[in-house]
Amino acid sequence: MNDNWEVVIGLEIHTQLATKSKIFSGASTAYGAEANTQACLIDLGYPGVLPVLNGEVVRMAVKFGLAVNATVAKRSVFARKNYFYPDLPKGYQISQYELPIVENGELTIRDEDGREKRIGITRAHLEEDAGKSVHEGFGQATGIDLNRAGTPLLEIVSEPDLRSAKQAITYMRKIHSIVRYLGICDGNMQEGSFRCDANVSVRPRGQEKLGTRTEIKNLNSFRFIEKAINFEIERQIEVLEGGGDVVLETRLYDSDKDETRAMRSKEEANDYRYFPDPDLLPVELDEDFIEYVRKSLPELPDAKLGRFVEQYKLKPADAEILTLSRALADYFEEVAENTEAAVQVAANWVIGELAAALNSEGIEISDSKIEAAALAGLLNRIADNTISGKIAKEIFDAMWSGEGGADDIIEAKGLKQITDASAIEKIVDAVIEANPGQVAEYRGGKDKLLGFFVGRVMQESGGKANPGQVNEILKKKLSDG
Amino acid sequence: MVQGTDALYTWSLTDLARGLKDGEFSSRELTESLLRRIDDHQQRLNAFITVTADAALQRADAADKARANGDESLLNGLPIVYKDLFCTKGVLTTCGSRILGNFVSPYDATVVERISAAGAVMLGKTNMDEFAMGSSNETSYYGPVTNPWNKKLSPGGSSGGSAAAVAARIVPAATGTDTGGSIRQPAALTGTVGLKPTYGRVSRFGMVAFASSLDQAGVITRSAEDAALLLGVMAGYDKKDSTSVDHPVPDYVAGLSKPVKGLKIGIVRQHFDEGLAAGCEERVKAALAVLKEEGATLIEVDLPNIDLSVPTYYVVAPAECSSNLSRFDGVRFGHRADNPENLLDLYCRTRSEGFGAEVQRRIMTGTYVLSAGYYDAYYLKAQKVRQLISQDFKKAFENVDVIAGPTAPTTAFAIGEKIDDPITMYLNDIYTIGANLAGLPGISVPCGFADGLPVGLQLVGPHFAEETILACAHQYQQLTDWHAQGPEEFS
Repeated sequence: MNDNWEVVIGLEIHTQLATKSKIFSGASTAYGAEANTQACLIDLGYPGVLPVLNGEVVRMAVKFGLAVNATVAKRSVFARKNYFYPDLPKGYQISQYELPIVENGELTIRDEDGREKRIGITRAHLEEDAGKSVHEGFGQATGIDLNRAGTPLLEIVSEPDLRSAKQAITYMRKIHSIVRYLGICDGNMQEGSFRCDANVSVRPRGQEKLGTRTEIKNLNSFRFIEKAINFEIERQIEVLEGGGDVVLETRLYDSDKDETRAMRSKEEANDYRYFPDPDLLPVELDEDFIEYVRKSLPELPDAKLGRFVEQYKLKPADAEILTLSRALADYFEEVAENTEAAVQVAANWVIGELAAALNSEGIEISDSKIEAAALAGLLNRIADNTISGKIAKEIFDAMWSGEGGADDIIEAKGLKQITDASAIEKIVDAVIEANPGQVAEYRGGKDKLLGFFVGRVMQESGGKANPGQVNEILKKKLSDG
Repeated sequence: MVQGTDALYTWSLTDLARGLKDGEFSSRELTESLLRRIDDHQQRLNAFITVTADAALQRADAADKARANGDESLLNGLPIVYKDLFCTKGVLTTCGSRILGNFVSPYDATVVERISAAGAVMLGKTNMDEFAMGSSNETSYYGPVTNPWNKKLSPGGSSGGSAAAVAARIVPAATGTDTGGSIRQPAALTGTVGLKPTYGRVSRFGMVAFASSLDQAGVITRSAEDAALLLGVMAGYDKKDSTSVDHPVPDYVAGLSKPVKGLKIGIVRQHFDEGLAAGCEERVKAALAVLKEEGATLIEVDLPNIDLSVPTYYVVAPAECSSNLSRFDGVRFGHRADNPENLLDLYCRTRSEGFGAEVQRRIMTGTYVLSAGYYDAYYLKAQKVRQLISQDFKKAFENVDVIAGPTAPTTAFAIGEKIDDPITMYLNDIYTIGANLAGLPGISVPCGFADGLPVGLQLVGPHFAEETILACAHQYQQLTDWHAQGPEEFS
């Protein structure tokens, strides 16, 4: 990146609210149904039909507002955004315009240097999604699928406070984490439940006035967002350094070519002729309702992270990973509470073995093949010296494959750790006897060979000998001679 | 057929209800007789766009059977017709427009649902100005309706088909909608009773929208008593319409007996300024004298901003209509241009072919007033004036129970006379628009004739005072018989 230029980024994040039915109709919002089977007359914009607000979306928006320390409007208004497009059945989108439900929120992220940075959230407003145009399979014509029409969205608009693609991603991940904690969005980016538009501009470092921005539309993966923004930053700097001007326009990111392309310039954009929707009453909220929602808020990521460090004495880096999702944090806490093993051991296992297993199968913690209580049971066997950490990993794999609980597997496979000193001594004696050369070298001062002996003993014991005892007995016997 | 029932078409809804109950005739006999009547006069009046004869007879038989089994639903077996913008399941719903010329609604409007549930038999759908935009019924794609009093004259609009059918003694009652006077003005011009309830009193669900903040469903009948009967069935909260109000529905028929004595009637000075035809003024003043004689007090009230109601309306209504009518794009239902070259061509030709001149004019006006740079000067300002007009009414109703005056500035005018002059046409609604802007209930009652043509007296009440204006209208009809005088041609 060029040091002469300062990057300015603002994000508009479209969060699909996890309601069962649409924002203004009773039709289902489930993803992936056959085209136009989840669009009722209201979604189809039939003559005479009227929208009725789904109260659940209001509750969800208020939750979000409170979670980002924003002002929740006592009165917000739905407006019509008028434009013609085949996947917009009514010829207007119902959206909040002048009076959104959430304003003036904020979020703290860590920048590249690890410093805390406040990112302003200008507003978050409710709106309905449009349908989809389907260009394949209809010859010269275009097909329309209106299943998505009327799906509730919360559009979260940040201030232009972000200064790099990295910060943008950090901010977006944090929002992603919050909406999932709140249970208001499933966060599924592939299905488009969480996507964003990025407004990007650059200006000479030190200049107050913002440069001309471009808007990159419809980014739906963290990786693409980062690449698209970085491409766009480079492109703009190149244009400006070449003596040109950045054009105010909407651009699309092509992930195959890793580039952004102009879609339409803002000058020729629609005049949306916003006006308050006369079919809907203003949304009026009283303090009691807002307080009621506040009381229902779960512990949020930042608070939980702080508590994990404080209560469990976890390393902040580990706590951060564990609190990324509420489900993971809950899982960890359940393990920690049900095991006699040290909390840090529990954390290591969740972050290490469990996360790796989930990753390799590409599944969520909620679908984990080992339940928290079961993992706690496994860790208990380490804590009480029934098994070694190494054997535990073997048992973990067996549990993951559905072979049962830790105790069953230990029993069935005879993996119980050998802690009987006389039994270990027998093995140690045999190993010493079988390796006279190495014994001589060790006794001659080559301490490093201890590892060799430990390895042999463990091998002979089928990995079941207690490593601590093995060490102790070996040292004693080797030095005895 | 029982003796004395050969002219059932002259009976009121209330009398027909009693006759059916007493077994004087069956719903089938009644339905057949009215269907014949529709048929006989359709060519002369053009009051109907669709007649649902077969379905009506089936419904009538079902109603007779239900009655035999003890069903005493309020409207069981009684006839009803709907203005053609009420969605009726399985039946053409054109809105008087070519763009919906092939639109068979897949669902019933709430009004239709409620009237059907009360047992009524739908005979058909009535003609109207296209999308209810017009005051003469001339903007209908299906041709103008003629006034039963004189075939060269307009019946008014936009609920002209409903008004003509009721005035010509074809049906006793019809539904209508009123956005700026579309029930009350045609009622005045045809000598019928037209009631526009409080905004939110009747559900708008299933009414094809013209201007959502002004549209309200109501009734056209020949007596206030029939209007009360029908309103009681239609009114009430509907969870499918967020703007409908959860306010108790009183027994409107029982409320009719409330005497005029002691009623404080407001007279708006501006209503008797120039612009009101002398014959109309004379009849309205005579009607006020009748009410005074009966014990009402006449009090002059001031509506200082009422003169701004027509321009205000012609900003707000087109703005909403320009957006409401965007859904007619040829993509999902209705008319679609043949062989479009591309998307823009599909939109442009579908809408140019589908919409008539007046609808296009209002879409353009509305688009203009909502445009960036004009919004504040037009739409926002109009909303502010609307607030002022509402406040004026509110203030006036601190001192009076109803406001009375003329419904329309003139009696029925000739077809073709004003259609090329939109501004003159728009002024027809000068006395009615205020009630729409303020969301108030209003009723037009026949109060005599000027040069042989009916004149209407308008009564406007505070929000949800339908009972008051219905009672006043009913009491007036007990003292006069103007409403009983029908056009000779249809006697």
